[in-house]
Amino acid sequence: MTQIERHSFDVVVMGAGGAGLRAAIEARMMGKSVAIVTKSLLGKAHTVMAEGGAAAAMGNVNSKDNWQVHFVDTMRGGKFLNNYRMAELHAKESPDRVWELETYGALFDRTKDGKISQRNFGGHEYPRLAHVGDRTGLELIRTMQQKIISLQQDDEREFGDGEKFIKVFAECSVQEIFTKDGAVTGCMGYFRETGDFIAFDTAAIVLATGGIGKAYRVTSNSWEYTGDGHALAMRAGGSLVNMEFLQFHPTGMVWPPSVKGILVTESVRGDGGVLKNSEGKRFMFDYVPDVFRKQYAETEEEADRWYTDADNNRRPPELLPRDEVARAINSEVKAGRGTPNGGVYLDIASRLPAEQILKRLPSMYHQFKELADVDITKEAMEVGPTCHYVMGGVETIPDTCASPYVKGLFAAGEVGGGMHGSNRLGGNSLSDLLVFGRRAGLGAAEYLDSRGGAAVAIDEADLQAAVDAALAPLNATDGENPYTIHHDLQTVMGDLVGIIRNADEVKDAIVKLDALKARAKNVSVAGDRVFNPGWHLALDLTNLLLISESVAKAALIREESRGGHTRDDFPTMDPKWRQVNLICKSDGTAVEVTQQPVPTIPTELLSLFDRAELKKYMTEEELTALPEEKN
Amino acid sequence: MTSGTLSPGRARITARTLRTDKYWISPLLTVIGITAWITYATVRVFQQNYYWAAQGGDEAIRYLTPFYSPCISNGCIEGAAEWGTFLPDLWFIPYAALTLPFLFLFRFTCYYYRKAYYRSFWQSPTACAVNEPHKKYSGESRFPLLGQNSHRYFFYIAALISIINTIDAFHSFQSEDGSWGVGVGSIVLTANVILLWAYTASCHSCRHIMGGRLTNFSKHPLRYKGWTFVSKLNGKHQELAWTTLASLVVADFYVMAVAAGWITDFNTF
Amino acid sequence: MGYKAKFRVYRGDGEQGGLENYEVDVNEGEVVLDIIHRLQATQTPDLAVRWNCKAGKCGSCSAEVNGKPRLLCMTRMSTFDENETITVTPMRAFPVIRDLVTNVSFNYTKARQIPAFAPPTDIKAGDYRMQQIDVERSQEFRKCIECFLCQDTCHVVRDHEENKESFAGPRFFIRAAELDMHPLDARTDRKSFAKAEQGLGMCNITKCCTDVCPEHIKITDNAIIPMKERVVDTKYDPVVFIGKILRRKPRETGKI
Repeated sequence: MTQIERHSFDVVVMGAGGAGLRAAIEARMMGKSVAIVTKSLLGKAHTVMAEGGAAAAMGNVNSKDNWQVHFVDTMRGGKFLNNYRMAELHAKESPDRVWELETYGALFDRTKDGKISQRNFGGHEYPRLAHVGDRTGLELIRTMQQKIISLQQDDEREFGDGEKFIKVFAECSVQEIFTKDGAVTGCMGYFRETGDFIAFDTAAIVLATGGIGKAYRVTSNSWEYTGDGHALAMRAGGSLVNMEFLQFHPTGMVWPPSVKGILVTESVRGDGGVLKNSEGKRFMFDYVPDVFRKQYAETEEEADRWYTDADNNRRPPELLPRDEVARAINSEVKAGRGTPNGGVYLDIASRLPAEQILKRLPSMYHQFKELADVDITKEAMEVGPTCHYVMGGVETIPDTCASPYVKGLFAAGEVGGGMHGSNRLGGNSLSDLLVFGRRAGLGAAEYLDSRGGAAVAIDEADLQAAVDAALAPLNATDGENPYTIHHDLQTVMGDLVGIIRNADEVKDAIVKLDALKARAKNVSVAGDRVFNPGWHLALDLTNLLLISESVAKAALIREESRGGHTRDDFPTMDPKWRQVNLICKSDGTAVEVTQQPVPTIPTELLSLFDRAELKKYMTEEELTALPEEKN
Repeated sequence: MTSGTLSPGRARITARTLRTDKYWISPLLTVIGITAWITYATVRVFQQNYYWAAQGGDEAIRYLTPFYSPCISNGCIEGAAEWGTFLPDLWFIPYAALTLPFLFLFRFTCYYYRKAYYRSFWQSPTACAVNEPHKKYSGESRFPLLGQNSHRYFFYIAALISIINTIDAFHSFQSEDGSWGVGVGSIVLTANVILLWAYTASCHSCRHIMGGRLTNFSKHPLRYKGWTFVSKLNGKHQELAWTTLASLVVADFYVMAVAAGWITDFNTF
Repeated sequence: MGYKAKFRVYRGDGEQGGLENYEVDVNEGEVVLDIIHRLQATQTPDLAVRWNCKAGKCGSCSAEVNGKPRLLCMTRMSTFDENETITVTPMRAFPVIRDLVTNVSFNYTKARQIPAFAPPTDIKAGDYRMQQIDVERSQEFRKCIECFLCQDTCHVVRDHEENKESFAGPRFFIRAAELDMHPLDARTDRKSFAKAEQGLGMCNITKCCTDVCPEHIKITDNAIIPMKERVVDTKYDPVVFIGKILRRKPRETGKI
């Protein structure tokens, strides 16, 4: 039998991004022992890529801001499909979570009176994003990493062992979660460095594994984003919600190939950058939807005046919401008016003098200069939509982040679902991971207290079966190359379940995914277990396939267009569909999607909106059931 | 070899470096530059001649080379010895023996020169990612290199000496009888003094004293301004270190050439 | 456009291994990491390399290219001649696990040894007030992406394994400076810790750390030298020393 390193912890946190670290901190502060299991080295998680900031209604820059406004903005951004309770908790608790980081040593940019500075961002009514230049995510992750060290130092002093209560297992992938009678008993995984197996006996697991971007070829996400937490939750008996909603950022780099998908910040357009097709036409004027017609300029002259006089002119159409711009670019490329590398041109060089560009967009200048050898003060950038964020995720009970189906299973951050509805606002993900990271840690601790101290243990036969499954690709010979299957999967998802979807294409995708699943069973890998990337990919494929199937199946069922889900054949939003959440469950081989009512928003929260606004989202029945207009 | 980059567990690569660029040029130039400068300075300091350029019927110009300032040896020419003389006139005592050692130590303990000579003369390291030839290394943590920490005192003294150099430059605009004028020499000496001040003020210790040691700049706005200014200069410390070596030689050579009568100073006196 | 490049890549672990030659396709606009990935996908599926964001933001793909410590994702192929052989090795200051992947636990150990930020006891969360000019110096050091290239290039440990015990390295000198310059950190022993526990005095300021920093942090000028000067304040400055004896103040100066 294969040697397996065995550990026992109160809580195992999967993932060391912002949500995972915050959960670990909370669980430790509640007196629990915590293992942090991360696929990368500590401090490398995808959270470092977040630039904009963490949204929290602290009111430091505009004192009119408060949690109610933040709640309204979030619901509006998610097109009312958000889990209202999550949005409420998030809006209420974000300020405390950000302030708390300062006590851990974070250094945010400051206002004149010494408070945390806040910046404007799309969809937020007031300046709301706490930030550190354009590296806020790095600040968050480093701060929490250092807080963990701080807790370990306390333990070292008190117990003589810094790793008694928090131990980090770096470069370690979890492969399987084990349950017994609907409750978590542990998990197993392997060290990427050595290929050695490891198993944890634990009653509580917090999933904080991030997103699923690696199902798409063009993505701003790193290799880690293979939907591990999503898939493990389903395989353990949990459920996913809102999986059809994916956020595509309209402007990712498309050239050079090495950086395809890396984000080009919205500020480029905010500062005057315009989108042009291969014919040199500023095409966004052709893509202003009727509902936005009044707010957006109709001529280039008017649009250009807006940059200097925003009060008396309408906004340039380049500043339409993310999903609109992404769709427009997509259409231009499909119509054959794209650049040679399959994007469109984002031109700031001909719009602003070089020194202005350098002053306003220093990090973009460096990004293009250093990664692409493109001087954005002289040439146009090539950009295209890139898969950025999955709104869908593990279904949880908002206050505790606990799965309603699997006892002892918790989820926070991008892997959690519901908070952002059909579309996430920029800045809400960093605050999301702080608020729900803490709540997941707390939820796990409370669950452990409630179940008493009874020991849990993984069933040995289950463990052995998981090990055998993990070793299968290495033992197989003459099977398929995992890189090829991954490549094909990305093609299916990108071409058929991308930004714009329709029933035929998605059905086609589901058939193709089935075939890929069959091929993935026959994958084989050369070499041994020591840091073998081919083997790692082979194991990740299982998760990616299960998640891709969830996205495709949910996308087929939702017959409307809303936020991060656009159907060619159902181009408008349908209030009836607002009442429905699509829930994915799986026995580990196939995905079942069921419909479930969206939780009813309580009157006191609904009263924060104008009736006129609610009309856009709600059915006649819902509207008549509402109390009279507030005054 | 089982230490350094071949310590147990590290990649089994025996090459001292895999760098393909000419990494040895920079340390080589440093050695050549510093050796040449020290040779020149040594010769001049012990020459005890041609340091005072007085020219014209009534000694209209008065140029004193910085290598002999202040001239405090009994051997000094009367006009050059502005601060009195008390050192015995012996061949092995430079005429500015009171200040030269401190100027030397100021530069010897300077954070930039330390980098330059550690990398070149001491080969520790020769260049980045090139193995150094030493078996043991303790850096500046022990005697005698612990003494590098005294840099700030030499900075204070160097600043005082810069005042003397400034007075010399000032005098170069005035003839013996008190009338004002300007000559090539006065411009050379002034340029040298400005550069010396820039080098001295750009010193890392100066930056620390000016404001670097504070935690809350906002409570000391004037010192913050000073620190910001010195920080800007400090960014040019390396360039100033080399430029002042050159300007010292130029100033000294010019005074020597005039004093020896090799050239005639153009001036308005 | 495309061409075949000659690569020499370290294959092996810390016991045995050496440089192996490859010929591999290169397309316009690629970086060294792309080429390593192409080797993985086409010739040597088990070639080990550590990477994450591929945009110079996470600091995972640290290695040495033609002998120089670099991030593989930030080394453009266009900076090399087409007929040049490009040598890629793991960082040579750390034990190698396999191929280009090194064991960087030395750095995590050192990170755990620095006393954490000590929050002021008399200020509640939410009431922290700091001026931008007071946090800017520390913010520069917090740009660090922990690629550990500075630790790799530093000759104090690169060339002297035995110094690893007593020397924390540039990455942790900037951490020390960051905390010492933090307007609200309540600890006052950062300087003596840097000297006694981190081995600040072993640094001979030869600036290789600054040269390799992909974030362009001025490690030597803005962190190490100011820390050395701050240590001088407390340890070697007789004027300060005598002043303190006369005023009977503790040896460490507090926040000023």
